[in-house]
Amino acid sequence: MRPEPRLIEVRKNVLKQNDVVARSLRDRFRAAGVFVVSLVSSPGSGKTAFLEKTLTRLRPNYRVAALVGDLATENDALRLARSEAPVKQITTGTLCHLEAAMVQIALEGWDLNQLDFLFIENVGNLVCPSSYDLGEDLRLVLIAVTEGEDKPLKYPTIFNSADVAVVTKVDLADAVEFSWKTAYDNIQAVRPGMPVLKLSAKTGEGVEEYLRFLAARLRQAAAV
Amino acid sequence: MHELSLAMSIVELAAEEAELRGVQIEAVHLKLGALSGVAKDALLSCYQMACENTPLQGSCLVVEEVPVVIFCPSCRAQRPLNSVQLFCCPECGTPCSEIVQGKELEVVALEIQECAPNPV
Repeated sequence: MRPEPRLIEVRKNVLKQNDVVARSLRDRFRAAGVFVVSLVSSPGSGKTAFLEKTLTRLRPNYRVAALVGDLATENDALRLARSEAPVKQITTGTLCHLEAAMVQIALEGWDLNQLDFLFIENVGNLVCPSSYDLGEDLRLVLIAVTEGEDKPLKYPTIFNSADVAVVTKVDLADAVEFSWKTAYDNIQAVRPGMPVLKLSAKTGEGVEEYLRFLAARLRQAAAV
Repeated sequence: MHELSLAMSIVELAAEEAELRGVQIEAVHLKLGALSGVAKDALLSCYQMACENTPLQGSCLVVEEVPVVIFCPSCRAQRPLNSVQLFCCPECGTPCSEIVQGKELEVVALEIQECAPNPV
């Protein structure tokens, strides 16, 4: 006769391996005094243009670098190289998100002590990146006005994993009849209290405010 | 679609436990939060694939879905959320950002078959 099956308790986080690596990255970032910002969004929301603007504008005053995740091409790294900041591409193949271990490997050979800001651009995807901690201090979720106002309602999980929402391509808002209020309300519905910035990397609108926001966060982190 | 790599992690984790304890696993019990970012159906089908040619082949994945519970600062109480599209207290309507439960992606138990001791 077969014995009755027995239940044994284990309680193990499936993402533990990633979380352990993310924690060690976070410790390294803190020790080196580098403030790490990650970007998540759907494909085509303007992450790379946003990042190019960010690196170019920060570079005169801060030491900046970026890691960019992309499925297949190195186009993003080539575009970002125009900012003259150190940029490294993480080509994920068919993987739909970055994991902490990929960041760890990509950072080999970089002296984090020489940086004030490190940006990590995730793969364009509003689903999978939400589960993976990369050790960042701040996660920005980007939505372009061309995507419509309801993205937060469709992807509440990624908005909940992020710290700040950035509405991009605001220079196109009128053309696509984008309602700022609806978008703002939707963001607040899925993540009450979330700070929301709006800008255009093309015209520069809103960029100054965003840079002040980043500088303030860097100062706050340094003061801790 | 990151469910396959998660399914493989679950299998790996369970296989380690099985080897450690010298048992055969019949089922893996998983808690899955509504905000875990994981689709249950996709995870279930990936699990079967991930089990192939491992000690867990033939086992099943039992998923307990965990709803989101928030803490309402006005009521000073934990409340289940009605919808992940609206993080408000279902009782008083106060916006709530403190998540108490709902992000779980956790193996909580293993259903095992004790291996019969070798006949003396």
